[in-house]
Amino acid sequence: MGMPMAHGLASGIGGIRTAGDLVAWMQMTRKMRINDAKAYVAAKLKVSPTDLSDPFVMRDVREELDIGIITAVPGCAKGIEARARIAELLGIEINCVTRLRKKMKF
Amino acid sequence: MRKYLTRRGDGGRIEMEADEIIRDIEQGTQDAAERGKIARLSKSDTEHLMDIFTNPNRIVGVEPGREVVLTDDIGPFRLIIDQGNSAVGISLGNVQAIQIHERGYGMDTTTFAHFDASFKAVKPVLANVLQEFENALLNTIIPIYFCCMPNLGAYYMPDGPFPNPSDLMPIGKIKEALESQEKTVERATNDMIYISEALASIGCDGVNFDTVGAAGDGDFLATLRAVEHVKKNTNLSVQVGMASEFVLGLHGGLEYSGKRLAGMYPHQQVKVVEKAGADIFGPVVNTKSTKSVPWNLARAVTFCKACSEASNIPVHPNVGMGVGGVPMFETPPPDVVCRVSKALVEIGKADGL
Repeated sequence: MGMPMAHGLASGIGGIRTAGDLVAWMQMTRKMRINDAKAYVAAKLKVSPTDLSDPFVMRDVREELDIGIITAVPGCAKGIEARARIAELLGIEINCVTRLRKKMKF
Repeated sequence: MRKYLTRRGDGGRIEMEADEIIRDIEQGTQDAAERGKIARLSKSDTEHLMDIFTNPNRIVGVEPGREVVLTDDIGPFRLIIDQGNSAVGISLGNVQAIQIHERGYGMDTTTFAHFDASFKAVKPVLANVLQEFENALLNTIIPIYFCCMPNLGAYYMPDGPFPNPSDLMPIGKIKEALESQEKTVERATNDMIYISEALASIGCDGVNFDTVGAAGDGDFLATLRAVEHVKKNTNLSVQVGMASEFVLGLHGGLEYSGKRLAGMYPHQQVKVVEKAGADIFGPVVNTKSTKSVPWNLARAVTFCKACSEASNIPVHPNVGMGVGGVPMFETPPPDVVCRVSKALVEIGKADGL
């Protein structure tokens, strides 16, 4: 585990502690290079690109937007609930959310 | 003269004087430049790398605001299994291990895979793999790639149906060896497409075609053809991660989009991967265990910088054991891993790792 942890601390954004998952979605779905992906997400969240890796800023932003937070607070969006809200916020298609929407049309 | 602690490419600790570090950085970047016919590191890049190695602190990191996205090719298996791949063998299920990656480690993305992570091995147990993956997708916020290897070697006798080129070539059956590889490319492409379409049907986020080119240019060609199909026919994100810095010409004549695949280095590989439609490219630069980490990292940064400059898609260099300047050792020491991380992002222009 020392190797991934070392990379995470040295250069990782921080996953759902911050906005790492959100920047990753933009690389995965729009082929955005890192600076473009950060600028896009920062604009959507109304924060600066530097804030995206700051847990102090992102904790409140994520909680207010209800897009999933690192701690297990009851009632906050988790799993596919958070994914659905992230898809809406970022204007992207997340495949399992699309599938859920199709399943709900019965 | 002051000495600085660093490591050999096998992980062993060594002390080097500043002049020795500069010499190794110069030789490492020169080696990459000659092999790949690419630019050496600039004077300012060399100075930046020197600063990273002479920083007296055990742990270093990128400047605030320069953090990048982390993807991986093992995910939960680094916790669950131990089959000689540096995992720790804790009794956990896949979904639990993925939640630990998301909520415990703060990973940006993670991976789902089958224990035998080759497309050929997944096919007979695909339904079981999909069942567990569905649970992971429902319970996870971070994106999850399905990670799997084309592994054309598994299609050759005695493990697979096709005559083994490594048996045919030494006895002079060159034509038969080439034909066998061409048939294997077709079969492997079909298997990768079959599995990817099944993954798309359960709402998978993406496929990480991993260790691509391990069985040579045929391995690479099969992957590129599969990627092209997947991108045209599904909404899956695709990452292509390589097996080594140089595509081995086990066939030698295979081409994709008019480009000969054998002999390609990362800055050339990324162009055909991009053409196939992939979203993220993971170049590999092999670590030489007898050389120092400054030599290896200078070499890796040189290749990755050229790759990133040539690319129009995000580049995530591989930085596991024995690649990207990380020592060829099962549990790489964090003091050099974090230096690799910083150098590849700040000098190598990586979009992720």
